[in-house]
Amino acid sequence: MAAISVTDLRKSFGDFEAVKGVSFEVGTGEVFGFLGPNGAGKTTTINMLCTLTKPTSGHAEVAGFDVVAARDDVRRHIGLVFQDPTLDGYLSAEQNLRLHAELYGVESKVVKPRMEQVLRMVGLWERRDSQVMTFSGGMRRRLEIARGLMHSPRVLFLDEPTIGLDPQTRASIWGYIRQLQQSEEITIFMTTHYMDEAEFCGRIAIMDGGEIVALDTPEALKEAVGADRIRIETADDERAIAELGERFGLEATVSEGAVSFAVADGEEFVPRLFAELQVPISSVNLSRPTLDDVFMSHTGSTIRDAEESSSKNRNRAVMQAMHAGGRR
Amino acid sequence: MSDAKPRPRAMASTTEPATAGAGTGAPAPPPTVEVRVPPRSWRSEVRAVKIVWRRELIRFQKDRMRIVTSLVQPLLFLFVLGSGLQQLSAASTDGVDLKTFIYPGVLCISVMFTGMFSAASIVWDREFGFLREMMVAPVRRSSIVIGKVFGGATVASLQGLILLALAWAVHVPYSVGLVLGVFALQLLLAFSITAFGVMIAARITQIQSFMGVMQMIVTPMFFISGALFPSGDLPGWLAVLNRLDPVTYAVTPMRTLIFNNLNLSAEATHTLNPPITWFGWEVPIALQVFMVFALGMVMLGVAIAEFNAGD
Ligand SMILES: Nc1ncnc2c1ncn2[C@@H]1O[C@H](COP(=O)(O)OP(=O)(O)OP(=O)(O)O)[C@@H](O)[C@H]1O
Ligand SMILES: [Mg+2]
Repeated sequence: MAAISVTDLRKSFGDFEAVKGVSFEVGTGEVFGFLGPNGAGKTTTINMLCTLTKPTSGHAEVAGFDVVAARDDVRRHIGLVFQDPTLDGYLSAEQNLRLHAELYGVESKVVKPRMEQVLRMVGLWERRDSQVMTFSGGMRRRLEIARGLMHSPRVLFLDEPTIGLDPQTRASIWGYIRQLQQSEEITIFMTTHYMDEAEFCGRIAIMDGGEIVALDTPEALKEAVGADRIRIETADDERAIAELGERFGLEATVSEGAVSFAVADGEEFVPRLFAELQVPISSVNLSRPTLDDVFMSHTGSTIRDAEESSSKNRNRAVMQAMHAGGRR
Repeated sequence: MSDAKPRPRAMASTTEPATAGAGTGAPAPPPTVEVRVPPRSWRSEVRAVKIVWRRELIRFQKDRMRIVTSLVQPLLFLFVLGSGLQQLSAASTDGVDLKTFIYPGVLCISVMFTGMFSAASIVWDREFGFLREMMVAPVRRSSIVIGKVFGGATVASLQGLILLALAWAVHVPYSVGLVLGVFALQLLLAFSITAFGVMIAARITQIQSFMGVMQMIVTPMFFISGALFPSGDLPGWLAVLNRLDPVTYAVTPMRTLIFNNLNLSAEATHTLNPPITWFGWEVPIALQVFMVFALGMVMLGVAIAEFNAGD
């Protein structure tokens, strides 16, 4: 049985459609990644799956229960680590976990051993009596993961669990995730916008503008892009793009200050490029396809560019909202 | 359904400890502890109410500053205002110290303002995200709201108890009945005010606006209630407002309770603690107490409905 199955799920906020009909299935024990720029609709999708937001339309089942009709059953079987922190800083680590266990009705006699297990896993057992207020960002994140596991959920939702963490902490969080997958057969659904992390997932859905634009294993996604990516810095980007189009029939774009395009055999193409391009080239960079390229090939921009433009849109929306508010 | 069975995946990690910690030299992960979350029942709801209530107490206990700061206002009223106005009022209070007169009123304000702060904690919880952790738990929202209101009420009346320690300073002799009675009334008032605050907090999600709105509503209610003056011969408009103000029905029983503990002349009692009347009908104290309770329950109901409606 699939741990999560979603059919044509949609969510609108007023006129704005944040999630535009997504469908997918996640198998039991799978690590499934949702990848996309800011504002893609990842959190909105997670919120619908974990019953925090009602879908506008569509259908979703988590751990075999409908997220609308059997809300409580879904809640009992999922663990959540939100994008924004939700710990009580005044309580100690142990008190936070105990509170969670009580709210989820965990049998009293297993609360202690389970607490020790999850706290040891995230390396906070020694700090269990400290107030959470005194924890660093990474420690809090780890504690939240431990808390999400207190009631042995069947599906663990992690919304950007590694954002703002140093490489070691990120690595150890990935360590826990793999450990969990082995020892508890837990299904993991996570979002990220770190491309390198997405490669740890069994399968990835790439989301952009509220839609899933691609869904497959990281390898298959990269293979599908096929081509190598070449980035060149030139004296005149516009002319370079025009020339690449005319001479080689290549479609190039400017991103992050360099002209970038995909070709089938990169190594053989570079000498031709130098010989035939009229525009002076100051540097060249050839790379094998990465998830970045996958993202690019599906959305036409790098993930960072997509974020910039979405934050511009957001700013515009805020301005409009302020205007509308002012007139009222 | 599958949810009721313990899962068979338990001890998987203990059978192959070598693989887990191999490269890093880290200890093998401890064995998986079987946990299952039972279906919702009234017991799980009671547990939820209890833990939310406990959390309020733990936080109160850790927040010493709040205990101290919340005492400032009642002490000002009692000793500064009470002593200051004594000179003006000596003639008209039939020999009763003004401090003694306003003491019951001060017991009420202290509870009202701390109850308000208790309710504000739900706004903080929302701001710091913790409300979400409680809202996604597989329990009814009503359990969370009830735990919150009871917790807030307990905290507010515990603070009120500190003021009870001041009774000797205003010439009120102690008795078991007095202590229990005052505590019970404070608990009741704290419950209603906290329910009111939580009801408002369901709508107003920003702490500044919340405190503003609460001040705007609670302060006039307190002034109009007659916590600081006898509600006998008021000008018509004020008498009407006074009778409409729910706090009146908390202050009067409190004052009656305290005055019953003093040896006052019938005259003094009559001027200082006149019975509350509706169109000439004397409202029994028991009814007044009941009204405060009923209003608290209604507001709790509204608060629950509001939190249930939000997603
Ligand atoms: N409550 C809401 N009301 C109105 N618009 C919303 C609401 N929640 C989300 N949105 C909008 O829906 C879109 C998707 O937001 P969402 O939080 O799902 O993005 P995301 O993919 O999680 O982004 P990020 O990487 O920044 O977390 C955004 O444009 C956002 O402004
Ligand atoms: Mg998000």
